[in-house]
Amino acid sequence: MTTTVHRQAPPAGREPRPARGRSGLFHFIPERVRRAGLPYLLLLPALFFELIVHVIPMVLGVVMSFKELTQVYIRHWWGAPWSGTGNYRVAVRFNAPIGRALLDSFLITCAFTVLAVGLCWLLGTTAAILMQDRFRGRGVLRAVFLTPYALPLYASVIVWAFMFQHDNGLVNHVLHDQLGVTGDRPFWLIGDNSFWSLLVVSVWRNWPFAFLCVMAGLQNIPRELYEASAIDGAGIWQQIRRITLPSLRSVNQVLVLVLFLWTFNDFATPFVLFGRSAPAAGDLISVHIYSASFVTWNFGTGSAMSVLMLLFLSLVTAGYLLTTNRTRKNRA
Amino acid sequence: MPDRSPTAPPPSFVWTGRIVLTLLTVFSLLPVYVMLSSSLKPLRDVTGAFRWIPDHLTARPYVDIWRTIPLGRYFVNSIIVATAATGLSVLVATFAAYAVSRYRFRGKRVFTITVLSTQMFPGILFLLPLFLLYVGIGNTTGIALYGSRGGLILTYLTFSLPFSIWMLVGYFDSIPRGLDEAALVDGCGPLRALFRVIVPAALPGIVAVAIYAFMTAWSEVLFASVMTNDTTRTLAIGLRAYATETDVYWNQVMAASLVVSVPVVAGFLLLQRYLVAGLTAGAVK
Repeated sequence: MTTTVHRQAPPAGREPRPARGRSGLFHFIPERVRRAGLPYLLLLPALFFELIVHVIPMVLGVVMSFKELTQVYIRHWWGAPWSGTGNYRVAVRFNAPIGRALLDSFLITCAFTVLAVGLCWLLGTTAAILMQDRFRGRGVLRAVFLTPYALPLYASVIVWAFMFQHDNGLVNHVLHDQLGVTGDRPFWLIGDNSFWSLLVVSVWRNWPFAFLCVMAGLQNIPRELYEASAIDGAGIWQQIRRITLPSLRSVNQVLVLVLFLWTFNDFATPFVLFGRSAPAAGDLISVHIYSASFVTWNFGTGSAMSVLMLLFLSLVTAGYLLTTNRTRKNRA
Repeated sequence: MPDRSPTAPPPSFVWTGRIVLTLLTVFSLLPVYVMLSSSLKPLRDVTGAFRWIPDHLTARPYVDIWRTIPLGRYFVNSIIVATAATGLSVLVATFAAYAVSRYRFRGKRVFTITVLSTQMFPGILFLLPLFLLYVGIGNTTGIALYGSRGGLILTYLTFSLPFSIWMLVGYFDSIPRGLDEAALVDGCGPLRALFRVIVPAALPGIVAVAIYAFMTAWSEVLFASVMTNDTTRTLAIGLRAYATETDVYWNQVMAASLVVSVPVVAGFLLLQRYLVAGLTAGAVK
């Protein structure tokens, strides 16, 4: 405890810097240079933190993916022997167990992401459009819909894990005991069903974000547009198709991309829902790499897998932005 | 219902809408109900078949949660980490957004793209290198980042930076330049202009960014699972301790989940209109 106290006290012998010390200290620097330097000075903290936490570790990660980094070398990882492209070859050898498992996990993640993003967007947009006009209780309803997003992820996913329990969960109680649609109680957190449980939890958690963004986008559509089109005889569906959805295009461009990246990279949801070892059907790629690294202590291969994942995400993102920007330009 | 204006949708649309909104309400609140009702049941009632209406009500789980695991300590850790990360992140983002919004300088585009693209990095890619980097910094300089709250604060503050900067740039752009230029002409320094003119005008956006940063830090799981030890463990990982080898104290898990949720949900719902306002100004350009 004493060390913390000492660290928090200012070092002896140095006076606290006066508030306007900077302009005084750098007095000798010409005004013009100071002004040109100001934006960089303002960016410096952001750059510094990004560098330490994101950029440097990422470069290290790429370096590590070319090393034979096993438990033995973890203390002196820079001394681990180079393995060339060995880790990558292990990761993409799809007929061997490690590569096969990675490919399966990748395919599961892709299917999961497409379904989850699509559903989130659909639910969010539907709810936002339905709540576009004022009505009594709109504020309350909005708060209700945002609640899943506001709850801390680990708390709400634990509740879902309880609801999906085989013997004492709500889901089996409703499906089996009350509705009788299943012959016997299915397992939701192991086996193939885990894919669907994960999907439900993920959509439950993320659709409010889509709702929030679309709602914000809708506020920028002038009411006169609807009134004018109504006078021209446009029905509600035509209005949604001709006015609402086109106005949302720029919001959607960002929203779908962000949802895609979050869902594809999602670690916390499967990790809290299934624990350290996810069932094959819910083995999202982040969890897969995590267990490949921290359970087997093979960090080199884990890094190579992460690099491959980043390459894939960069390609998809670049392609997505190129296509959507081109479409937007063509339509404009 | 207001009188039927020419834009009023037909009744069939209204009724479909009501049904959809009702279903979404049930979907949204179902886990909240399960959390609340199960947290008030004795242990034997949550290990047996699920019941919608509790047979026996008890507040015992709310007393027991603090004894079964050191929940109080996890709570304090989470509060310290999330508050510090939020404060720093908002400050750093405000400076950066001010530079991007109000100045022309070489490298602006590169900066914006770099920062935004860090949002894309899979956490798993830099988890291990960051862990090794923190251990390395600790070994060479004695600054304990691994296993400390400081390391976690540093990590979390960068998680919310990209989104915060992006949103604040949009927000600052929507504030007329005349306002801060007038302040500059009056002899304010650029920093005074930022804090006296722009920050007050952009307050909804800044509040929105702060909510986002706090929730990000409060909910993070992956890095907390590796970067913390027994004394610095946050709620995100601590809550798992209610599950032992043989038993899960589900009623206590639900009670603890509720307790850790209340502060963020209350704050979020109180301030959510700032988030919507901030998104409207920032995201929708």
